[in-house]
This record gives sequence, structure tokens and C-alpha cells, in this order.
Amino acid sequence: MELINKEQVSKKLSGRLMVNKVMKFIFLLCTLVGLVVLATLLIDTILDGWRYLTVDFFTNFSSSRPDNAGIRGAIIGTLWLMATTAPIAIILSVGTALYLEEYAPKNKLVDFVKINISNLAGVPSVVFGLLGLTLFVRMAGLGNSVLAAALTMSLMILPVIVVASQEAIRSVPGSIREASIGMGATKWQTITRIILPASIPGIITGIILALSRAIGETAPLVIIGIPTILLFTPTGVLDTFSALPMQIFSWVKLPNPEFQSITAAAILVLLFILFLMNSVAIYIRNKYSKRF
Amino acid sequence: MSEYNIREMIDKKKGKSGNAAIEKAVPIILLIITLVSVLTTIGILVTLLTETVMFFTRVSPIEFLTSTEWSAFSSDPQWGIFALIMGTLKITAIAIVFAVPVGLGAAIYLSEYASDRIRRLVKPVLEILAGIPTVVYGFFALTFVTPLIRGIWPEVNLFNAISPGLVVGVMIIPMIASLSEDAMSAVPNSMREGALGLGSTRLEMVLKVVLPAAVSGIMASIVLAVSRAIGETMIVSIAAGSTPNGSLNLMESLQTMTGFIVQVASGDATYGTDTYFSLYAVGMTLFVFTLLMNIIAQWFSRKFREEY
Amino acid sequence: MTLAKVKEETDMNTVYDTAVDSRTQEMNSIKQTSNAIFQAKDFNLWYGNNHALQDINLDFNENEISAIIGPSGCGKSTFIKSLNRMVELVPIVRTEGDIVYRDQSIFDKSSTVENLRTKVGMVFQKPNPFPKSIYDNVAYGARVHGIRNKKVLDQVVEKSLKGAAIWEEVKDRLNDNAYGLSGGQQQRICIARALAIEPDVILMDEPTSALDPISTTKVEDLMHELKKDYSIIIVTHNMQQAARISDRTAFFYQGYVVEYDKTNVIFDKPKDQRTEDYVSGRFG
Repeated sequence: MELINKEQVSKKLSGRLMVNKVMKFIFLLCTLVGLVVLATLLIDTILDGWRYLTVDFFTNFSSSRPDNAGIRGAIIGTLWLMATTAPIAIILSVGTALYLEEYAPKNKLVDFVKINISNLAGVPSVVFGLLGLTLFVRMAGLGNSVLAAALTMSLMILPVIVVASQEAIRSVPGSIREASIGMGATKWQTITRIILPASIPGIITGIILALSRAIGETAPLVIIGIPTILLFTPTGVLDTFSALPMQIFSWVKLPNPEFQSITAAAILVLLFILFLMNSVAIYIRNKYSKRF
Repeated sequence: MSEYNIREMIDKKKGKSGNAAIEKAVPIILLIITLVSVLTTIGILVTLLTETVMFFTRVSPIEFLTSTEWSAFSSDPQWGIFALIMGTLKITAIAIVFAVPVGLGAAIYLSEYASDRIRRLVKPVLEILAGIPTVVYGFFALTFVTPLIRGIWPEVNLFNAISPGLVVGVMIIPMIASLSEDAMSAVPNSMREGALGLGSTRLEMVLKVVLPAAVSGIMASIVLAVSRAIGETMIVSIAAGSTPNGSLNLMESLQTMTGFIVQVASGDATYGTDTYFSLYAVGMTLFVFTLLMNIIAQWFSRKFREEY
Repeated sequence: MTLAKVKEETDMNTVYDTAVDSRTQEMNSIKQTSNAIFQAKDFNLWYGNNHALQDINLDFNENEISAIIGPSGCGKSTFIKSLNRMVELVPIVRTEGDIVYRDQSIFDKSSTVENLRTKVGMVFQKPNPFPKSIYDNVAYGARVHGIRNKKVLDQVVEKSLKGAAIWEEVKDRLNDNAYGLSGGQQQRICIARALAIEPDVILMDEPTSALDPISTTKVEDLMHELKKDYSIIIVTHNMQQAARISDRTAFFYQGYVVEYDKTNVIFDKPKDQRTEDYVSGRFG
């Protein structure tokens, strides 16, 4: 007796192939969900908001009257926030990544630091907001200033840049380090002249992606108590400010339907900034990827 | 051209530079910088703990844990965290039920079926989707998804669990899809060839070989996504409402832990009131939940790394 | 360090008396003709608990090519990396005994390890140019050591590339990335890079193992040229290469130096049975 009935196998095979085809189609649909949602979101927002993208919209401050409402304060505030967050975050994160990859001994403490960083990456942004409120706004007495918000944001995006920088530094082959060390270069010379230049594309990509997360982050700003209606722009890091996502959040809650369109217009501006930042990051990554 | 004696020049330069001091100082400076991340964690823990303790000197922890009602702003405030946890769980459950099948389906398609060209096209879309600020998603939920749902089921409230739940799901799809795809891609090709060589269809290969082999990596991605959904703030603040309740009804307004924190913070919670301290008690609860999820996710991904 | 003391120390080594005898005799003749640039004295090295190098006593001569051969894992790479202390990049390494470079211990605290490495250049197993232009690659060492004058750097680059016999191939594209070159060219760029700071000794750790035969020949020819100005110590797993290019050969086996002698002696009349087995291809 044959153990395998060939006829039956081939009869079943066509059914199995059919199931395979159907499921492949379903998997494709799953993949397209993201695309469809993205397209819907963009089209809906554009249809809603494009009429409000006038010059006045960019030059007016926030207002409770829809005709006068603009995002001048919000945009300038966001620029201040990013300009302050970037240097703090870069120094902290790249420094941490360099220490972990180049200097850290292999011991329990360093393992703990690494686990700690990956845990920080999973802490919700509201919790960072509470930290900022207690530590920077109240204890350090910075109030709801640009600096307080920037410090909070820096700590929040730190894990993202650290991990990206670690990967970039790790991708520099050991043989190149050896070559530099072998010529009598010191460790720090090797880092500044060889390792950092070679890993800078990856680090910059990480920084841009992290900042683009920070630029749209709202919850910590709400908790720190950033005002939403502000009729002046900051002149220093200790001044209070408003920010684009904060402005969107305050408008979205207004019942007036006209404000829905104004919110959409502000979202378009925010998305455009994000799109620009992401394009730069992707460009850098593609241009410099796989060099070793 | 005159000849320079390099050896001599190098020897002359030696010793007079401040190199040695820099070499000594750099690791110390970098170590101090590295400790900032540890201090951040300590800061979070100390902040949450001390203020939570303050809260519990005013409100009994037993009430906090056993009462089912949360009404911070009424004249007779109730502090039962259960109502807020229920809100968070409802949103998370909807998000996960929607995002896991879709995200996994997309991961399977990208890892096992798609050509390189499609993959190069779709991955950036997923990245963009992951990069959209949650306040934008909140707007989308409130002004597009909610009206759509109410068009189908008119009995759904303006604020409900379904719309923000689905949109939180959309938000975490990229995470599940890309992390699960990474896990599946890590499965060695020899295993796939083994299955295909025996006459399996591609689907059978995926279900019987790739998915079981990548299961701990996939689990890690799902648990991380759960953690993200629990901590998600703006979508629920905008579209879920602000009425904490412990019911299982998905059609009515609710409030999550994160939603409550934002509501208190965007109003004026005067420093020193019960409501002010309740921020931290809720924050602490939220932190414990997400930390647990992260630890579980790390356990899964460590297991996955050990396998490959 | 007096010769008598070296002799005394080596005499204590009774395990490989034949090798020791021949080396001691050899050393006498060396002392008369030229100075030893490197001397390993009872040098031991451990990776954690693994005793990778055991009681190494070796002298290398100026303006010669000294080859180190032996099967994989015999410690030859570890040893050559000990000479410029690169082996210490592995954190679990521990050493005992001494290595003397031109009458000064390389472990002497009065000089820095960086200083040692400017005098003892190294060429590695796989070509490892920096992801920079050819010019910047060769000028790297001079720049690191504080030379910024463009005229000096130009001269260094040209002279080193000529010295590494690759000037003609690359002189018109000095600003191109070194990664665009072939493997053999890359390795000669790496040699040029090492020459640029005018080292005293060049250590080569299997420099041709990643190259095709034609590139290998070019590098070997180059080594013959370099011998006039530099002392070269080369690790190779290729016995024919050692026979072709070196003046002296040391045979390493399981962390010991089994035999060290003039290359023709090692290959034609080795004293130790294991050396003979190895060079005749019976193992390794």
C-alpha cells in the first residue's frame, strides 16, 4: 500500500494554492491600510484647511476670533523650542553613545545604564511632562519657559538619539579604529577624526528623527503649562512661549466649526515641517548607507 | 622642493600638546553625561513617589485601589483609579484588536511576499505614519473617524472609545509591522527553503515555519505596542471625552489615565490640592503599567535574540 | 640589558634547549653585526585564563625582514600585536616579562604607548583604509601628530605613495575616496599611510592574506624595497611567502617559539622535528 496517494495530493494542491493566493491578497490589504489612512488623513486635512493658509495666518497671533487667528507665536515658539532642545539633546545623547560604545567597561553598572536607557524609551511622554513640571518648572524655578520645555524634551528624546548614535558608531569597523590607534593616534583623536566623521550620517539621521518627534509632541507641553494664547514671542530661553502642537490642541477643543478649518491649516503647517525634516533624514540615510 | 624631516617634526611636537589631559578628562566628562539618563530615571521615580505619597496622606490608598468611581472635580470627589484604568484598557483593547492583525498581515506581506520595490515604497509610508504627531491623529479621530462611525451607528456618542481606539490602533500599526518584519527577516532562509522544498505553499511556510520561529520577536513588538497605546495621550484627550467610568460600554464618553493628567494640567490645578497630587498618583500607576509592559517586551526580545 | 643576562635567562629555559642553543649562538653573531631593534624577554601573555604566549624570547634585527610562521591559533598574531601594544585593546589581556624596543622597555611608563606606535607602524590583515580621500588617508598620521603645513603634508603624501609603489597609479586622483581602489591598491595605500610618519619598524600582520596573487607579488616586491630603510616583522600563514621574502623566520606553535633561525636554515635544515613537519606541510 502506498503511504502517499499522489492523486489526492495534487487534488488538494490546487486548493492550497488558492488559499495562498487569497491570503496573499489579504496581507496586501493589511499593508495598504497604512497607505489609505495616510492618504485619507492628508486629503481630509488639506480639504479642510487649505483656504486658511494665507499670509495673515502666518503673521497673526492666536485669537479667539477665527478671522484673526494665526500661528505666528506658535511657529516662532516652536523654532525657539527646537533651537534650544537640539544642542542639549545632542550633547547628552551623543556623549552617552560615545561613552557606551567607546569607553564603557563591561560591567553590571554599564549593563544597567543600557537597560535603563531602553526603559526610558518606553516611558510615556506625560510622565516626562510630570518630571519636567516638578523638576524644571517648580524646583529649578524655570516656570513655563522655553528652557524648561527644552530640557524636558531633551530627556524625552535622549533614548532615540542614543540608540541611533550607538548603531552608527558600532557600524564603523574595528579595523579602521585599529589603523588609527596603530599610527599612534590617541583614543580621542581616533574618535574625533575617524569614528565621528564616519558615523555622522547615522547620528544626524537619528537627531532629525528625534527632533521631528519632539516638534509634534504635545503632552509634555500641556503638563508643563505652556500657554496657548500668547500675544508676544520669546526673546530669550527664560521667556514663556507657545508652540505649534499646543496651538493645535487648544483650537481642536473649540466648538466653532471655523476653528476646525483653522486647526487643519495649522496641522498642514506642522506636517509640512515634519515632511521636510523626514525628507532630509531619509536623504542622508540613503546617500551614506552601506559604506563599509 | 626642500626635504622636510617628518620624524623630527613629529618628535618635536610630542609632549608639548595637552593631549594627555584631554585623554584623561574625556572619559570622565562622557561618564557624567551618561549618568544623566540614570538621573532621569531616578528623577522620574522620586518625583512620582514623593508626590504620590503626598496624595496618599490625603486620600486613602484603599479608596484609590478599590473604589470604582473617579470624580476629581465634584464637590464630593471620588478617587477610584479603576475608572481611569478601565478607560485606558478599553482604548488599548480596541487598538490592539485592530492593529495586531493588520500590522502582522503587513509584516508578513513585506517580509515574505513583497518585491524589493514594493518594500522600498511601503516602508517610508509606515515611517511617515509613525512620525505623525498624536495631536494630529486626535484631530483626525474627532473630525473624521467619529463622524464616520456616527454615520453608521447614530447611537454612538460624540466622545466614545471606538474612534480614538481605532486611531490609536493606526498609530501603533507601523510599530507592530516593522518590528515584526524585522523578527521574521531574522529567521534564516534555510528554514524557508526547507519548507518550500517539501512542497509547502508560501502561506503554509509562513504559518508553520516563519511565524513559530519569529514568535518571541513578534510578541515583543505587540507588547511594546500595548505599552505605547497605554501611554498614548493626545488622541484620547481629544476624542475620548472626559468622563471617567468603569463601564464596558464603548459608545459613551470615557477618560483614560493620560486623559485625566492632561485635563488637570490644562486647567489650573492649584499646587497643593488633592487634585494636583492626584496627577502623580495617576502618573505613577501609568508608569507602573508601561514599565511592566516594557520589561515583558525586553524579556521576549532577549529570548528572540538568544534564539538567533 | 647585557648579553650575559639574556644568555642566563635563556639558559634557564630547558624545555626547548635546542631552539635556545641555536638562538643564543645566533644572538652572538647578531650582536657583532647589528643591533637588535626588538627583544622579547620571557614574554608571557594571557587572554583571561588562556595562556596564549609562553616564555617568548626573540630578537629581531635592524633592516631585515623577520617572518613569523605557524598554524592558526599559535599566537603569532597576538605576538606581533604585542610589539606595538595593540593587543592591549582586548580588555582581558595580561602580560608578564618584557619586550625591549631599542634598549627601552615598551612598557616603560616614561614613554607613552602612542609614542611607541609612531615609531612602530603596522599594516593589517585586511586592507583598512579610512573612509576618506587617498590624500587624507596618507596624511592622517602626520596630521594626528600635529603637522598642519600644507607643503609638508603634500611632500609626505607624495613621498609615502612613491615609497609604497602606488604613486603612479593614484597621483591623478588623490582626492578620490580610497574605497574606490582595488584591494591590492588599498593595501599599498595602507602601507603608504604607515610609511608617512617614517616609522622605524613596520609590523605586518598577514598583509597579503586578503589579496589576489598579482597584488601579493606587488606587496612582496615592495617589502624588498622597504627593507633598505625599515626593519620589517611579518606574520604570515603562507610558508612560501616567508621563504621568499624573509631573512629570518620564527616558528610558533601552541604559544611557544619552537625554532628561530635564518630563513634558509628553518626551511632546509630545521633542528626541531615539529618545524620540519610544519614547513614540509605535514600539518598546519
